[in-house]
Amino acid sequence: MSMPMAESPVEKLRAEGLRKSFGTVEVLKGVTLAANSGDVIAMIGSSGSGKSTVLRCLNLLEKPNAGRIVVCGEELRLAPDRRGELDAQDPQQLQRMRARLAMVFQQFNLWGHMTALENVIEAPIRVLGLSRAEAIARAERYLDRVGVSHRKDAYPSHMSGGEQQRVAIARALAMEPDVMLFDEPTSALDPELVGEVLRVMRSLAEEGRTMLVVTHEMGFAREVASRVIFLHRGVIEEEGPPAEILSNPRSERLQSFLANSLK
Amino acid sequence: MFLHGYFPAILEGLRSTLLISATSLSIACLFGLIGAGAKLSGSRVAGLAADVYTTLIRGLPELVLLLLIFYGGQIMVNALADRAGLGYFDINPFLAGTLTLGFIFGAYLTETFRGAILAIPRGQMEAGKAYGMTRGQVLRRIILPQMVRHAIPGFTNNWLVMIKATALLSIIGLDDMVHRANLASAATRAPFTFYATIAGLYLAVTTISILLLGWLERRFSLGVRKVEF
Repeated sequence: MSMPMAESPVEKLRAEGLRKSFGTVEVLKGVTLAANSGDVIAMIGSSGSGKSTVLRCLNLLEKPNAGRIVVCGEELRLAPDRRGELDAQDPQQLQRMRARLAMVFQQFNLWGHMTALENVIEAPIRVLGLSRAEAIARAERYLDRVGVSHRKDAYPSHMSGGEQQRVAIARALAMEPDVMLFDEPTSALDPELVGEVLRVMRSLAEEGRTMLVVTHEMGFAREVASRVIFLHRGVIEEEGPPAEILSNPRSERLQSFLANSLK
Repeated sequence: MFLHGYFPAILEGLRSTLLISATSLSIACLFGLIGAGAKLSGSRVAGLAADVYTTLIRGLPELVLLLLIFYGGQIMVNALADRAGLGYFDINPFLAGTLTLGFIFGAYLTETFRGAILAIPRGQMEAGKAYGMTRGQVLRRIILPQMVRHAIPGFTNNWLVMIKATALLSIIGLDDMVHRANLASAATRAPFTFYATIAGLYLAVTTISILLLGWLERRFSLGVRKVEF
């Protein structure tokens, strides 16, 4: 819950051998990754490579067909359901683990019938059991942190995309999660609004938060990430520090991906 | 004398019509929510049962169903009572009538509610799940409040049609407004007076309903942009 600085790294999240099929198409073919405290991992790859699916398997928004998921040393107990997909054996354990992995979505997914403030206090009250007053104090702090406190009584449909995404980031922060999962957080934004969201994410990274970011923003991956994972057709092709990976890609696929992606 | 002195009797009938409507509506909402839940549950058995329910009920005239269920129910209950060695049962017409209407309009509300739930973007529920909310919390805090907004227009339609359908219940002996008007017009030989009176009363009830539900829709649409052409 606290913000671990550069002490000895503690493993926050680990996934082993994640496999996932949609119908007959296998989109993940055994993905293994781990995030230590303070890691900022950028996951890149062309569309259809399975990046978002990896993220969505980590909190079981998609049920993987195989694999293990460990959050802060606690393994999520999984068992196959009748369709052969892994489902949580204990719903309460799943809810507890999801609360530690706050997710920021591509389409923001702010609850449309709630104001910005109500969006941010909802899960802390219902899931973490905070009192309303505590939750409001916390929400105001994080809304301020991402620079949208002046919009706290606005409904999502009355905000710009950049404001909505920053409220969504505040909603994730208010859970004080161990790991933040970002699923293409700037892909649905108008180009001139991308910067404000990336600035917030960069400052979160500088605070030492553990982040797993699926992104097309190569600049962000290069400058902010501590590690880059390149996913291709459901397998990790290459991973390492951004300076190494992005400047000297070894695999042909990464070379052509980087050549085709806009800076 | 105003309405040949039958006005208080007609008003008493209005009270009965309103009570029947409100009771039937509650029962219909219950059937509607169960039906919509069954159709969206992903369970094949529950979905099939709900499909049979809505197909059958929506495919038959209300009057035919009402008579079928009322008289058929009467015969069935008494056949069972007879076998159990019990005496003759007279089914309470209020109970039978409201249950039947509720059962019929529950089928229409099933589709209204199902459509309303499907109109909610998937991401709304996913965000709830991703933050560790339980199924019940997602349902109560995210789905239901957003469903109400989508359901109100269809719900208003069903409620209006149902208020009018309560008039059919006078046939199975419920003492509603229509029944009172029948009696009064037979006694005074002034049918137009009484049918016009209850027509006015029906119109008053439906108009007030439209206004109230319109207000409710605006109330639940906070934070939604109006579509402008």
